[in-house]
Amino acid sequence: MTGSYDILIVGIGGQGTILASNILGESCLIEGRQVRGAETHGMAQRGGSVESHIRIDGQYGPLITPGQADLLISFDLLEALRYSHFLKKDGKIVVNRHLVLPTSVYTQKLAAPTEEEIIAALKNHALCLLDADRIATEAGSPLSQNVVMLGAASKWIPLKPETLLESVKRLVPKKTIEINAKAFGMGRAAGGKN
Amino acid sequence: MERKYLLGNEAIAHACLESGVDFVCGYPGTPSSEVIDTLRAQPERSYYLEWSVNEKVALENALAAAWCGVRALCTMKHVGLNVAADPLMTSAYTGVTGGVVIMSADDPFAHSSQNEQDTRCYAHFARVPCLDPGSVQEAHDMIRSAFELSEEFGLLVIFRPTTRICHSKGDVELGPVVAGSRKGEFHKDPRQYVVIPAHTRVLHKKLNEKQPAIRKRLVEKGFNRYEIRGKMAIIASGIASSYVQELLPEGVSFMKIGAYPLDEEWLGEFVRKHEKVLVIEELAPEVEETVRQVAGGVPVFGKKNGYAPYEGELSPAAVAMIMEKAGFLKKNPFVPSVPVQNLPVRPPILCAGCLHRGAFYAIRKVFKDAIYPSDIGCYTLGLQLGVVDTTICMGASITVASGIAHSGETRDVVCTIGDSTFLHTGIQGLMNAVYNGANMTVVILDNRITAMTGHQPNPNTGLTACGVETPPVSLDAVCRACGVRFVETVDSYDLTDMVNVLQEAKKRTGVKVIIARQMCVISARRAGVKRGRYTVDPDACTGCGTCVRFGCPAIEFADEKARINELCSGCAVCAQLCPVGAIIREGKK
Repeated sequence: MTGSYDILIVGIGGQGTILASNILGESCLIEGRQVRGAETHGMAQRGGSVESHIRIDGQYGPLITPGQADLLISFDLLEALRYSHFLKKDGKIVVNRHLVLPTSVYTQKLAAPTEEEIIAALKNHALCLLDADRIATEAGSPLSQNVVMLGAASKWIPLKPETLLESVKRLVPKKTIEINAKAFGMGRAAGGKN
Repeated sequence: MERKYLLGNEAIAHACLESGVDFVCGYPGTPSSEVIDTLRAQPERSYYLEWSVNEKVALENALAAAWCGVRALCTMKHVGLNVAADPLMTSAYTGVTGGVVIMSADDPFAHSSQNEQDTRCYAHFARVPCLDPGSVQEAHDMIRSAFELSEEFGLLVIFRPTTRICHSKGDVELGPVVAGSRKGEFHKDPRQYVVIPAHTRVLHKKLNEKQPAIRKRLVEKGFNRYEIRGKMAIIASGIASSYVQELLPEGVSFMKIGAYPLDEEWLGEFVRKHEKVLVIEELAPEVEETVRQVAGGVPVFGKKNGYAPYEGELSPAAVAMIMEKAGFLKKNPFVPSVPVQNLPVRPPILCAGCLHRGAFYAIRKVFKDAIYPSDIGCYTLGLQLGVVDTTICMGASITVASGIAHSGETRDVVCTIGDSTFLHTGIQGLMNAVYNGANMTVVILDNRITAMTGHQPNPNTGLTACGVETPPVSLDAVCRACGVRFVETVDSYDLTDMVNVLQEAKKRTGVKVIIARQMCVISARRAGVKRGRYTVDPDACTGCGTCVRFGCPAIEFADEKARINELCSGCAVCAQLCPVGAIIREGKK
């Protein structure tokens, strides 16, 4: 509608969705583009389902409307499915092949879909599935999985990969720049060039 | 000029630096907390800064500083303004010399709150100006004007962002930082500062006389503005104005409201130029009521005739539906998109290793059939463990407990309250309960930090907001000073001790206080505390489910056996409650 490219990043509180959103925001600044975002803070972060909205070239409000997102980046399989209705018809998904069942499944004996069922359902969209934990560990630290995810998603993000990499370097702790730069490259390779 | 990608609250904090703020105080509350957290993290500070014990205390401090001529910022969440309402109402009469900005952040949809009240109603009630930003950039820009307005009219100014401003991000154009340089000096003037009836009557009249000039000034400042584009008009305020702008069709006029009180003459002129008007705003129909007063025969669409909701938060999709329903949008551009049904929910949950979980478990074990009033904090999540029966507002656990105890209810009453909440407004309730002879047990869940809002220190922490060491308050001594005879401090991770002390309390009459103490597990992790993980011996596990019902996110259950995942922080409470001793320290078998 307004020509913004809308990215929804989802996961479980504490997984580092906010750093991923900051890297995208910083990249927009570098390229001189407008950007809007919205995040979950406060009590909802305590192990709950969290979402970050980022609208590249956004000029108005920060919220993405269900059915309008161009790209969904999910740190967890179940959360990818929970938010998949935010995608537009030709929207894309980048998802970490990792499933944390909510505690409610154990304490209230709720039914949960299996990994295979979730992946089958996500395949309605162009899907990039990767083991970000493993790749991040290989890059040097499991904490770099959010950068791995961004690397994999970069093929679909309308920002130059060099810009994204520059933002990664600016925003991660100094001691971890090398690891994260590697994580970005490995994530990008895992995501394929499209 | 510099552009940065900032959180709304960070942009607001930066604007305070640009305004040369001299005095900063407040009480943490989502979504307002990051403003002071940003200001206290500045490497160099030319201003005084404190986390106050509650919002009333904060506002009175800010007011006094401004009486001495300095610029003061006072932050809180919307419900905090209820606590600060007493000084607010009368300080509008006394006025200020230095600028005072009260940031009271509203939370439509109650993302992290107990209600959806609207701060704009307080501004209206107190007759002070209120600024209501529609974007992160505007929030930043308004702060600078807010201090100027406050000084121009000698009145406190309320700044009211909402969650979608505070926790939104955007590319923000920032100005240069100005060091606060004012030195406070109090000039005695009893007619201004001593509100005996003879003085206050005069002050009330002065406050009312300021109003017309304020209304005009807010229009001149450009906070309230319009563009005439046709015969229909939409009037929107706050973040809702950005949603409307994204959808605004050709030929529909638009008025953006960003400040109150509204200039009725100016508003009426605009409304009467149109054939129909739609008002879109979150929470109370604050703008809509004024529009209706001035509309004459022009039909007005909004909350009052069912076109827009009174509750919840708006979104582009919700605004499109309202516009379509009221005939302001021919075709809704958004196709309905339904979420996948029946997925297991993932609500927020007490962390793995949270000190509160052990305390809640012990309370349930000892007081099986009791009433459990609770309070505001992470521990409200004890609801999931069946140990939270009431939550109303800060400090209301102890008072609700004494009310129930005196009502004739025969079951035991055991309430829970966090350390920060106890110091905020819990002490008066405790004093009252002892004074009036209630029979009840109070468990102070003491993690020595205000955890839920982002780990702000409080008088119990031993550090000020700026990290200076300070003598920590003794909760034990406070309780004893209130007249409590039974005060015991226990380690929340030590189930045996917790249970024994609770049993002891159960036997006694009067008010009993148990201080259940441990570090917040997040603070412990940041401080580098390593306890070592626990694991389930699958040969010993009988699959009874006792540990699973404990509700820790580190405990899973598969193939008829419990299993501990990597979230384990080593609190060992589950090891103590396993009936067959199957939970053991990792590597200890």
